[in-house]
Amino acid sequence: MKSSLNPVQDRSSRSRLGKLVLLGFLGAVFLIVALPLTGYLLVGETAAQAQQGATNPLSEYWRGAREGTQGYTAVTAPQANVLITDSGQNWRQIRNGPLATYGAWLMFLVLAILAVLFLVRGRIDIDGGRKGMTVERWKLSDRTLHWFTAVLFILLGITGLSLLYGRAVLMPVMGPEAFAAYAQGAIYVHNYLGLFFGIGLLLMIVKWFRVNIPKGHDLGWFLSGGGMLKGKHPHAGFVNAGEKLLFWTLFFVGGAIVVTGVILLFPVLGQSREVMQISLIIHAVTSILVISFIFGHIYLATVAMKGSMEGMVGGRVDVNWARQHHDLWMKELEEKGVKPQPAADAEPPPKPAEEPRPAAS
Amino acid sequence: MAKMKFLCDAERCIECNGCVTACKNANEVPWGVNRRRVVTLNDGVPGEKSISVACMHCTDAPCAAVCPVDCFYTTADGVVLHDKDLCIGCGYCFYACPFGAPQYPSPQQRVFAVRGKMDKCTFCAGGPEEVGSKAEFDKYGANRLAEGKLPACAEMCATKALLAGDGDMLADIYRKRVMRRAGRPETWGWDKAYGAGV
Repeated sequence: MKSSLNPVQDRSSRSRLGKLVLLGFLGAVFLIVALPLTGYLLVGETAAQAQQGATNPLSEYWRGAREGTQGYTAVTAPQANVLITDSGQNWRQIRNGPLATYGAWLMFLVLAILAVLFLVRGRIDIDGGRKGMTVERWKLSDRTLHWFTAVLFILLGITGLSLLYGRAVLMPVMGPEAFAAYAQGAIYVHNYLGLFFGIGLLLMIVKWFRVNIPKGHDLGWFLSGGGMLKGKHPHAGFVNAGEKLLFWTLFFVGGAIVVTGVILLFPVLGQSREVMQISLIIHAVTSILVISFIFGHIYLATVAMKGSMEGMVGGRVDVNWARQHHDLWMKELEEKGVKPQPAADAEPPPKPAEEPRPAAS
Repeated sequence: MAKMKFLCDAERCIECNGCVTACKNANEVPWGVNRRRVVTLNDGVPGEKSISVACMHCTDAPCAAVCPVDCFYTTADGVVLHDKDLCIGCGYCFYACPFGAPQYPSPQQRVFAVRGKMDKCTFCAGGPEEVGSKAEFDKYGANRLAEGKLPACAEMCATKALLAGDGDMLADIYRKRVMRRAGRPETWGWDKAYGAGV
């Protein structure tokens, strides 16, 4: 009401108010910027205090102890000077967790696949039946080496798996005393025979290295699933691509088993606990991989194919089997002029099977 | 029941190794086996700290978790013990234990990973044999707990740095010490006593 009566006076008071607001605003901005800057006035004193008390000189001390700092101890035992070793907890969690769980699943899965395979395919006959004529496939030295390593592998596999899974699987059935007694035997068998397996594996690798060098036709073997997918059997030399894959698995993965095994067998070499923890994990993982592979190897050699086992037992295989499974090798033998010999059991000699016994008196 | 614990006061431990000696004497531990040891961090440097360490009798014991023959058990007092008749000397407890507690009788002759039966601190509580029997002593050492005594190491400790007993009581004792020292003595003690930077 008043303002409408005296517009001049009103205008001047409004402009005075505006100046005040502007001044107040600028003052506030100044203080916002300037007040924190007063901290610089106290900087000498404050900084000195911060340096004295900011970091606890011993706060890192116990953190370091927690992370395995080495100290001094009068006790002369490996790594006795470390107060706390963290890595054991990781080792425990890997071993009892994913390693044991997925390891068991892998082995069961492989067995299940093999069982399904057997139900679908059954035993595979020799094309055209047995010819009754045989050629030599594995020499006595090869067979000895194979069975030496194979028997050791089975013993080591069973005893090793007993140490990993025995507590869960065998102990509830056997009871703690009986299982512990078995486990004691198992660990001795495993530790003392392990090196012999390593020697066998090394000899195998050296002896069969040449025949296992990959060739072009191996790819075709894999593409046809080793003859499982297509009806016609793919080309294969003395050793087929699947066997070559087993060889190279044993070369690398089996090699890792032996190396880590040696590390675990000889703590006197001075390796640290961490190295042994890692070695044990690698040893178990690689062993389970090879065991799974060997399941397939045993299945193919015994149940899946007729005539396959004979090569590693008696050393000689039927000519028709060789032509079916290892056509390139058979062709090679024919080119070399190797003459097949009659099988011992296919053509029984004219004499009666039983030898004449001395007459009973 | 009590929940037995060890507690080593780093402000008090003077690295005399009396606990180690007391343990060896009370339990007649063989050569090469040390159920307890004293570790000194920053040895010879101002601010060095010594701690006596043995089996900590964990609630969720890693050794028990990885033992392939499940030979570990926890007593009603919370003491972790093991059965030497079941032990196969595989060394897994030694891999898993953060404190280096599991010991083996032949550490110098461990070719082919032959270790012998594992031996460790029993909190002077014997083992799974008849209490006070010769078999118990031969295998596991003294059973002082059954006689109403605490572990020999802690009872022998001259500065009372190493305490053994019910966890709650130890915590009370330690809390009182901390309050008496004022501030945060377990991390500040050296500075309080000798001044910073000495």
